[in-house]
Amino acid sequence: MMSQMIIRRIGIGIILLWVVSVLIFALTQVLPGDAAQIRLGQQATPETLAALRKELGLDKPWYMQYLSWMGNLFTGNLGISAAGGATIESLIGNRIGNTVFMTGIVALISIPLSVLLGLLAAMFPGQLLDRIITSGTLGLIAVPDFFVAIFLILLLAVSLGLVPAVSYLSGTEGFWRSVYVLALPIATLVIVVSAQMIRMTRAGILNVMGSPYIEMAILKGVPRKTIILRHALLNAIGPIVNVIALNLAYLVSGVVVIETIFAYPGLAKLMVDGVQTRDIPLVQACGMIFCCTYVILILIADIASILSNPRLRHPK
Amino acid sequence: MADTSPIFQCKDLKIEARPWDASPIPIVKGVTFDVKPGEVVALIGESGSGKTTISLASLGYTKPGLHFSGGEAVLLGKDMITIDPEERRARRGEHVAYLAQSAAATFNPALKINEQVTESAVLHGHMSQEQANKRARELYEALELPDPDRIGGRYPHQVSGGQLQRLMAAMALVEKPSLLVLDEPTTALDVTTQIEVLKAFKKVIEEEGSAAIYVTHDLAVVAQIADHIVVLYGGEVMEQGPVEQIINNPSHSYTKRLMSAVRPTPSAGMGEGATGEHRREVPALEVKHVTAGYGKGSDGKPAVTVLRDVNVSVERGHVVGVIGESGCGKSTLARVMAGLLPASEGEVLLDGDALKPALADRARNELQLVQFVFQMADTALNPRQTIGEIIGRPLTFYHNMTGRARRERVLEILRLVELPVEFEGRFPAEMSGGQKQRVNLARGLAANPEVLLCDEVTSALDTIVGANVIKLLERLRRETGVSFVFISHDLSTVASFADEIVVLYAGRVVEKGPVDQVLSPPFHPYTRLLIASVPEMRVGWLEDTMQTREAMAGISRGVTITKVGCPFFDRCPVAIEGTCEKIDPPARVDEHGHNHVIECHRQIDELGAPGAAQSAAASAKKAKVAKKANGGSAAAAKAAPAKKPAARKPAEAKKAAPAAKRAAPAKRATAAKKPAAAKKPAAKATPDDLQQISGVGPKIAGQLKTMGITTFEQIAAWKKADMDSFNEQLKFKGRIEREQWVPQAKKLAKAKK
Repeated sequence: MMSQMIIRRIGIGIILLWVVSVLIFALTQVLPGDAAQIRLGQQATPETLAALRKELGLDKPWYMQYLSWMGNLFTGNLGISAAGGATIESLIGNRIGNTVFMTGIVALISIPLSVLLGLLAAMFPGQLLDRIITSGTLGLIAVPDFFVAIFLILLLAVSLGLVPAVSYLSGTEGFWRSVYVLALPIATLVIVVSAQMIRMTRAGILNVMGSPYIEMAILKGVPRKTIILRHALLNAIGPIVNVIALNLAYLVSGVVVIETIFAYPGLAKLMVDGVQTRDIPLVQACGMIFCCTYVILILIADIASILSNPRLRHPK
Repeated sequence: MADTSPIFQCKDLKIEARPWDASPIPIVKGVTFDVKPGEVVALIGESGSGKTTISLASLGYTKPGLHFSGGEAVLLGKDMITIDPEERRARRGEHVAYLAQSAAATFNPALKINEQVTESAVLHGHMSQEQANKRARELYEALELPDPDRIGGRYPHQVSGGQLQRLMAAMALVEKPSLLVLDEPTTALDVTTQIEVLKAFKKVIEEEGSAAIYVTHDLAVVAQIADHIVVLYGGEVMEQGPVEQIINNPSHSYTKRLMSAVRPTPSAGMGEGATGEHRREVPALEVKHVTAGYGKGSDGKPAVTVLRDVNVSVERGHVVGVIGESGCGKSTLARVMAGLLPASEGEVLLDGDALKPALADRARNELQLVQFVFQMADTALNPRQTIGEIIGRPLTFYHNMTGRARRERVLEILRLVELPVEFEGRFPAEMSGGQKQRVNLARGLAANPEVLLCDEVTSALDTIVGANVIKLLERLRRETGVSFVFISHDLSTVASFADEIVVLYAGRVVEKGPVDQVLSPPFHPYTRLLIASVPEMRVGWLEDTMQTREAMAGISRGVTITKVGCPFFDRCPVAIEGTCEKIDPPARVDEHGHNHVIECHRQIDELGAPGAAQSAAASAKKAKVAKKANGGSAAAAKAAPAKKPAARKPAEAKKAAPAAKRAAPAKRATAAKKPAAAKKPAAKATPDDLQQISGVGPKIAGQLKTMGITTFEQIAAWKKADMDSFNEQLKFKGRIEREQWVPQAKKLAKAKK
């Protein structure tokens, strides 16, 4: 039963990705002008246009174009940037490492931190610590991320001068040096994503805390800490993993403001630049990457909550 | 324990609720009682009497929103209320343990059973994990759980409800607490499971020597297990005293009221006695050859078949009671009738016309004529709608009533279900459980249906409240002429209200007919088991039932749905091996009844009085065994008299039996056997039903018979050497009651004289 469910989820994920690919491809068909026109710009003559179209395969019917685009995607050939003529792989290759690096560091800090703070808040509901955590996180969710970023720059970089305000990596720095350079965007992102995860962890745990089996554990003389860690957390994993997955996906795709503020060359900023220059192949590639990230992360979260359910893990 | 000072003392205990927006409301108003070592004290009363709240005080615990406001709860010399919280935590589990009503909710679904059972002992540092595991295993065995070595490694959803309830007892007992608090531990169980759990609890309490507080509203259960009773009402003690005194001689008027609300044990003559003469041509609702289930399997059949070829008809103005244990398909049958679950085969007829299987395809007037009343009024009533809106909605939907006409009809219906008209503007949350159930009924009646399907409508209610709802239903059915399908696992409730009874087992109708005929012989073996399992309000009933019941085999098994044959096969004391599990049983009509049908491979006559069926079974088995038997035992089998009435072949018995039908068991042997006779065939004696001895099943009875042992006297005369030689010959293992055979046989032999 469980493996069936997991296979079903994976199937749905694949269908979802296919639908997304159709939509993203449709973008090129709907927008006025095509890649050839954009590439040639002012110098376009009917002859050069036709030649380039032929070279790019744009004279073929749309379904053939879709198939060849998909084929290229699978072989890692993402096309040529309309703006600079460089291959898209080379453009993205630089950025993807940056994004993965920063996302990884932020996840490593924020996930344990959020679960810990959420558990602490749930352990003493209504008490001072809980109130500080809940009102603090609510405040942080309400404040826009760029505000947090600017505030941190003013405080840590400008006033105190502890860390650099601009996060430029030359590519030769070691790990700790990189973390130091990126300290500000990392701090900003940790603050922004943790707030939500802390609240969900707390809510998930407290929701379970009303169950009769928790009351039973109290009446068995189990200490509150053990009740939360052993009895409640296991049953609250589903919702917590889901909110973690959503926040990670946001880190990959949605941090354009942060990347802009800190001038950090990440994927999100690359896509926004692509939009500005009407570099459609680039936008398509970035779009596919972001969608894949979302689908895969949510898929992982779904599978995790299926696996955390003993009813599905151990059928009768 | 020589020490007789109380284990627990409740001294003028006061508990109150403190709503944030109102002044405190007293819940427990000064309650005093003692629990002495080894004593079981029952707290009884209806919901709201504070019985659970008081029992939890022994753990120094209150439900959220409640606070201790006075008095003491002294456990082993220390007040659990004012004690240091750390010490209180340490005492929970070690000195006092709690068993909740629903084991299914009380076990953490994400943890293995053993982990939860041993948790308290290991956490408190009293045992290492290995010691605790060993102790848990002993308890599993003492509680007669199957596969004690492995059951702890399972998850809670992998064991049955009755097993989980006993596992919870193991969880409570693991640290050998001085006081056990049992909060309605059998209320949610089927009668057959209840017996098994009660028996296990009683045994373990006796063996472990712990004292207990037993919270319940069921007086019949109290009579089986308690030594001392405290009757509570509205947070005050009405009366307390030893169990015999309260049960046999209650002095307080409230106790008497509680006693009178106890439903009588089902017996013949309880029904309204509807017979075939008054039938109209067309039944109001008829279910014909319905097969239904859940999920989608291959070839259009359901993945899990719950009902298999079910036929039921509901006469106009009649009440059809549907009984069976949980998992037998009672609710599924109602859902098929209502169209909530389309049948995969067969049809549902309303007034003789076939209804569309699915709800969505039925016409509005067809919907109107079949209404459903759900078990849980709490979830069936929209909490955001007033009672007026809830009852008014079907009036508008089915009868286009609006404005004043609708309002007047709502008030009329409220009066019909005996609710004050002011309730029109109230919300469900402002009403008690019984009142909500009345609204639930009123909503069904508002549609003006022909058939009202009531699914366990009194099961969640207290005895007194439930009895009042039944009274209301009786009045409604007289006044409105509506037909009822009344589903319940409680045989007594059904028997007191229904005209006809349909007994469902594992999706098959095993018996149906007018109430008094179903409740008197001939019985389907399953009906007999159900009837025998309903607790009687009499001290010692549990022991008597466990000792003499023929159907020992049937108690501790779950319901398994089979694809072919009789599903009751594995629990049936008179099953015919090779036939029952392979061939669907024929529907036999009891020619002395009116439309009384029993689905069984046994002849109607064999299903008559207790002795007849058993002897028939034994003789059938004997014949089979005799073929296989060798040496002396074969000779014994041959010598076993073939001409005795009860040993006749079924066909023969059929002719001879009508006179003896419904009569007491067959004639008794007169002469007691000499000790040496044990190994000689009982040439002249009439065989007794040896299965009345606990531990003797159909198989062993058959084996004994091949050795010529057929009467109680023979067993009663056994010496130890005989016993040992029989043990040797029988080669059976596992049954522990063997030593008890001789005293039991003596008792039975004496009884039949």
